[in-house]
Amino acid sequence: MSNWARLSLLATLAAAPAAAGPLGRPALPAEIAAWNIDIRPDGAGLPEGRGSVTDGEALYAEACAACHGDFGEGLGRYPALAGGQGTLKADRPTKTVGSFWPHLSTLFDYTRRAMPAYQGQSLTADQVYALTAYILNLNDLVPADFTLRRQNFTTIRLPNVAGFRPDDRATVEDPLFHQPPCREACGTRPQITARASPGLTPDAR
Amino acid sequence: MGAGDPKDPRRRRLLRGGLGLGAALVAGRAAAGTGAPDPKITELQPWTSGPGVGVEANPYGLPVRFEADVVRRNVPWFSADTISAVNFTPLHALDGTLTPNGLCFERNHAGVAEIPPEDYRLMIHGLVERPLVFTLADLMRLPRESHSYFLECAANTGMEWRGPQMNGVQFTHGMIHNVNYTGVRLRHVLKAAGVKPAARWLLAEGADAAAMSRSIPLEKALDDCLIAFRMNGEALRAEQGYPVRLVVPGWEGNVWIKWLRRLKLGDQPWAQREETSKYTDLLADGTAREMSFVMEAKSVITAPAPENPITHGKGPLVISGLAWSGRGRIASVDVTLDGGVNWHAARLDGAAGPKALNRFYLEVDWDGRPLLLQSRAVDETGYVQPTKNALRKLRGLNSAYHMNGIQTWAVDADGGVSNVELG
Ligand code: HEC
Repeated sequence: MSNWARLSLLATLAAAPAAAGPLGRPALPAEIAAWNIDIRPDGAGLPEGRGSVTDGEALYAEACAACHGDFGEGLGRYPALAGGQGTLKADRPTKTVGSFWPHLSTLFDYTRRAMPAYQGQSLTADQVYALTAYILNLNDLVPADFTLRRQNFTTIRLPNVAGFRPDDRATVEDPLFHQPPCREACGTRPQITARASPGLTPDAR
Repeated sequence: MGAGDPKDPRRRRLLRGGLGLGAALVAGRAAAGTGAPDPKITELQPWTSGPGVGVEANPYGLPVRFEADVVRRNVPWFSADTISAVNFTPLHALDGTLTPNGLCFERNHAGVAEIPPEDYRLMIHGLVERPLVFTLADLMRLPRESHSYFLECAANTGMEWRGPQMNGVQFTHGMIHNVNYTGVRLRHVLKAAGVKPAARWLLAEGADAAAMSRSIPLEKALDDCLIAFRMNGEALRAEQGYPVRLVVPGWEGNVWIKWLRRLKLGDQPWAQREETSKYTDLLADGTAREMSFVMEAKSVITAPAPENPITHGKGPLVISGLAWSGRGRIASVDVTLDGGVNWHAARLDGAAGPKALNRFYLEVDWDGRPLLLQSRAVDETGYVQPTKNALRKLRGLNSAYHMNGIQTWAVDADGGVSNVELG
C-alpha cells in the first residue's frame, strides 16, 4: 500500500470511529449494578427494601439532624428539608421536599447518592427507605406508623407535582426580546434608584 | 464617599504596596507629572544589573508575584461550608477571551475529586446495544477536536434578582469561564455503544461524592457535546473534572458533569435533584420552569468596574467587556455612557466562535463627568439582551437563575465605580 493510500485509509477509519471497533469493552452486569444508582419518578431503579418512619427518625437524628435540624428546618445555611408549604408565591419562598419537589424518587435518589453530605453512597437501601419515610413524615405527608417500601413507593405523590412546566422562554419571552432596540435619544437620562449593598462584597485584596 | 476620599477603601487599596498592573499605571503617571527625571529610567534597576532565576526555578510557571491578587474568591456567607460552594473568576483582572486554567471559577458539590488517570472508567449503558466501559486511553484513540466555549453557571448574577447586591464584577458575573477544550464528540462514544431507537434522554453522572447527575436530551448529546480531557491545551484541572468532563456548549454549567463516570440512555428524564429542587426557575405565579438549559445572550463591562476605578483622570479611556450567547454567535454589542439614552457600537475584538466569550472595546475621551455605563449584546438570532426589570416583570423576583439582564456601573467624577440600578 502506498503511503498515501495508507493515510487515507486511516482517515476513513477515524471519520467513522468504532462502529463496532476495538475501543471500549463490554460492561459486565456486576459493574452496571454497582454504578446504576439512579431512580426515576416512575420507580424504575428502586432497589428491594423497606423502612419505617420510626427507623428513619432514629437514623435521621444520628446522621442528618446536625445539619438539617431536628425537624428538617435547616440549621445555618444548610437547606431545610421540610416546611414551606404554600410559600411558593410568597415574597421569600421556602423550597423543600414538601413544598416544592415534584417527585419522591428524587429524595430517595439524592439521599442515596449524596447524603449524609460528602459521604455519598454510604447508606443501605433500607436506611434510605427509612430516611425517605421520615422526611415525608416531617412534611406531614405520611403518618408516624408508615412504612415505605418499593411496592408502595409510587403511590406517594408530592403536593407540588403539577408545579413545573417545560422551558417556554423561546415562545413566552424571546419574541419580546427580538425587537430592534432604540440606540439614539432614547428618553431622558435615568436616575440611580439602588446601589449595591454595603458590606456584602469581599475585598479584592 | 468617593475614590478621592482618603478614607475610601478603594483608594487605600491603590496606595498600599504590592501593586499589580492596574495600580502601577498610576505610579508611572505621578512620577512623570513632577517634571524631574524618572529614577526608574535614570537609575540602574536590579532586574537590569543582575540575573533573574534560572529555567529550573519554576518547572510549572505561575504568575509573577505582583499579580498575587488575581485569584478566585469565595463569598463566605453564600454557603454553609467551602466543600459544597463556589468561587468566582476575577473577570476584572483579565483581558482577551480565554480564561487561564487556574482562574476558572469552581462550583463543587462535594469538594474536588482527585482521580488517578489509570483508575478512570467511563460506563455507557441503558438503552444501548452494547453497554461499554472506556478507559482514558480508549477515549484518546477516538477522533479529537478542540473548541472554545463559555461555561456559565445558571446562578451567575443570580444575587442581583432583587436589586444590586455585590459591588464587584468578579462577584456579579464571575461564575463564568471560557476555555479551549480538547476532547471527543459525545456522539462518537454513544455510537460505539449503539443507541437504541427508544432512547430520548441521557443521564450524565460524575464520580465525586455528590455523584452529580443531570438529564440531557439526546438531541443535544448527539449535537455539539464533547467528552473533554484537555483545557487550554493541558490536562483538565482537578477542580474542572480531571481527567474527563462533559462539555455542553451554550447550556448552564451544572450539566457539564465533571469527573464524568457514567452515561445512561433512557426514554424519559430522571428528575434529579439538580433539575427539580435546583436549576428550576420559580416564577411569580408559583410554578417553575424546568429544563431551562440555554444561557441566553448577556454582556458585562469588566473595565471600568467596581474593582477597576478610573485612576487616570480625563482623556482617553478604554471601556472593555465580555459578551456571549448560548444560542450561537454574538452579532453586536452596544455601550451607553448615559444610562441608555444614547448607544455606541462597541468593537468586537477577534473572531469568537459560537457559544464562546467575545471581547469588546469602546475607546472614548472621558470628560470627567459621571457616567452610567451599560453594555447590551445582540446575538445572531436577533435576541437583544433585556434589562433586569424586563426579566423581573416576566418572572418575578424568586427566579434565582438565568439573570442575563443589562448591568449598570455608575462612574463618579473621581473615577470610582459602583453597581447600581436605574429607574
Ligand atoms: C454535614 C452536613 C450535612 C449532613 C450531616 C447531611 N446533609 Fe443533607 N445537605 C447538606 C448540604 C450542604 C446540602 C446541599 C448540598 C449541595 O447543594 O450541594 C444538603 C442537601 C440535602 C438535600 C437536598 C435539599 C434540597 O432542598 O435540595 C437532602 C434531601 C438532604 N440533604 C438529605 C440529608 C439526609 C437524609 C441526611 C442524613 C442521612 C443528610 N442530608 C445529612 C448537608 C448535610
